[in-house]
Amino acid sequence: MSLVLVQILNGLQYGLLLFLAASGLTLVFGILGVINLAHGSFYMLGAYLAVTLTAQFGDIFVALAVGIPLAFLFGAAIEWLFIRHLYKRDHLQQVLLTFALILVFREVQQTLWGNHPLSIPTPSYLSSSIALTPDLGYPVYRFALMAICVALALAMMFVIQRTRVGRLIRAAESNPEMVEALGYDSRILYRMVFAAGVTLAAAAGILAAPIESAYPGIGDRVLIISFVIVVVGGIGSIRGAFLGSLLIGLADAFGKVFVPEFSSVLIYAVMALILVVRPSGLFGRA
Amino acid sequence: MINRRRLLILAGAAGASTIAAPFVRPSWAQSNTLKIGLLLPSSGTYAPLGEAITRAVELYAKQQEGKLAGRDIVFVKVDDASEPAKATENTTKLISGEKVDVLVGTVHSGVAMAMAKIAREDGLPTLVPNAGVDALTRGACAPNIFRTSFGNGQIGDATGQAMLKAGIKRAVTVTWKYAAGEEMVGGFKKAFIAGGGEIIKDITLPFPDVEFQSILAEVGSLKPDAVYSFFAGGGALKFIKDYAGARLNERIPLWGPGFLTDGIEKAAGSAGDGVKTALHYVESLDNPENKKFSEEFMAAYKVTPDVYAVQGWDAMQLLRIGLEAVGGDTKKRPEMLVAMRNASFDSPRGPFKLGPSHNPIQNFYLRELRGGENKLIGIAAEKLAGDTTGCKMT
Repeated sequence: MSLVLVQILNGLQYGLLLFLAASGLTLVFGILGVINLAHGSFYMLGAYLAVTLTAQFGDIFVALAVGIPLAFLFGAAIEWLFIRHLYKRDHLQQVLLTFALILVFREVQQTLWGNHPLSIPTPSYLSSSIALTPDLGYPVYRFALMAICVALALAMMFVIQRTRVGRLIRAAESNPEMVEALGYDSRILYRMVFAAGVTLAAAAGILAAPIESAYPGIGDRVLIISFVIVVVGGIGSIRGAFLGSLLIGLADAFGKVFVPEFSSVLIYAVMALILVVRPSGLFGRA
Repeated sequence: MINRRRLLILAGAAGASTIAAPFVRPSWAQSNTLKIGLLLPSSGTYAPLGEAITRAVELYAKQQEGKLAGRDIVFVKVDDASEPAKATENTTKLISGEKVDVLVGTVHSGVAMAMAKIAREDGLPTLVPNAGVDALTRGACAPNIFRTSFGNGQIGDATGQAMLKAGIKRAVTVTWKYAAGEEMVGGFKKAFIAGGGEIIKDITLPFPDVEFQSILAEVGSLKPDAVYSFFAGGGALKFIKDYAGARLNERIPLWGPGFLTDGIEKAAGSAGDGVKTALHYVESLDNPENKKFSEEFMAAYKVTPDVYAVQGWDAMQLLRIGLEAVGGDTKKRPEMLVAMRNASFDSPRGPFKLGPSHNPIQNFYLRELRGGENKLIGIAAEKLAGDTTGCKMT
């Protein structure tokens, strides 16, 4: 197996994890019209939550099962406290408030978990490696991670395309007044969408924790790359976020090895290139 | 019974005494307090390092019964938050505002460089208990600036020598593309190539990127004898775990400067087993000074001292030598600086003395991470001075 194939695998794995984080951002951005700078903080809180829950229950997947409803409730509470006041306001005020949330969550993290990096064991049944080449192994946990990300992506697309809730969400996005007129409470709908966005970010953080560990600032890069993906894929498009994530993941993996001196700007170059060809992103509505 | 007149007389007397105080004392005596400015981080990422240094410094003062060369120690603390942008303001606050007699700082190299610039102009005796930036004892060296820690390149140098001794011929370097990484790798390369080693490739990642899978695949395909890497904190932890996850640790030994494993020994778990690093201090060092220091530190703070605490402790040892040479009179600055420059004493890390550019000439110890602990396995380099190129003491 050559280096190129290994890099494709690396790129896909990284991209799939990014998709989980970015899809939450694109939902919130596309449907609620809120620029949520605290998105990376939810990823960070997910990673730290994984530390605490894994210590409690001993397995990352139990931590995920417990963490998802917790994150959903937390997201709903944040929406009720802060975000719902932002829907009718301009982006500058949204940026201001969600940036304040970043600072608050960072303090919370330092107070609760401190500044030292904390690590989480991978489950023993997934801690082996598969030999890809005679001198390179690939951790089984990463394969599991890819499978989970694909499953979640499919589930999300199914919900949005094929279910009643999905139809309502899509309708609320394009014509909230009509949804209200049909007797649905769009406030509840919005709360659920925001909570889903938070849950996706936190789930990405929880799943990444065994390979990333949890440390201060872990969410910063996720936030920036998520925004890049949302712009590349087209705002509000889950399909766009999926393709955009894989594109950015692959660009990162290949860039590091084949054009290392250029690798830090490569993903932004990819973004710029796509925006030149399609100003509203791959699947964005012009 | 205190009536108004009595109060007035009392207040007047008190006022007069404070005004008169300077004239009452003999002219040669200065105020008997010794103001030590502590410019250290108590918030931000490096707060734990700042705390370790502060604890050691305060423990030393307590042991001396609060006096150095007959003067009463007063600490003036400023939190530099490891923010270079505020460094100038914070340093000025201590030097011009508080008029400290000596300055001790700091952890972050960017802050240290800004601090050194001001300290150099002022000539104030300044002790650096951590920041490893090479320039501080090279191009930006000064007669009044003393480092009691290490130089980034110096640690790289020691690690390179240890790798050569271990029979390693071909190495790959991996680090973030930022100043500390470049210096740690730079010092390593110089020593490694000088000793006949070959660098196959220098791999860098943009700081603070922690997506290592791609470069690990590359390392695997390059098949070096060993990897020399430097990352810090969460990045280091992830690198060590990913390295083991890719099974590279079974074939290609991982080496680095001591700070690669600093603070993440336990968190790395079995992934860290076998990582070899060089550092100027190991907790288990067997010398009387270390034994005494560890016991006292443990008694005072219920934790074992780390390398940062040692660096803070030695800053005080060095300061004491300087002050005692001038009988506590900090006005005799030139004599004090000479005494500090020529100082040699027993540090918990072993024998301590300064090189011509005021960077410690010290031993570096080879450690191997095993079961969440850095175990001493030998000497990486003895009495290593480090690079002093570009230092002009004027």
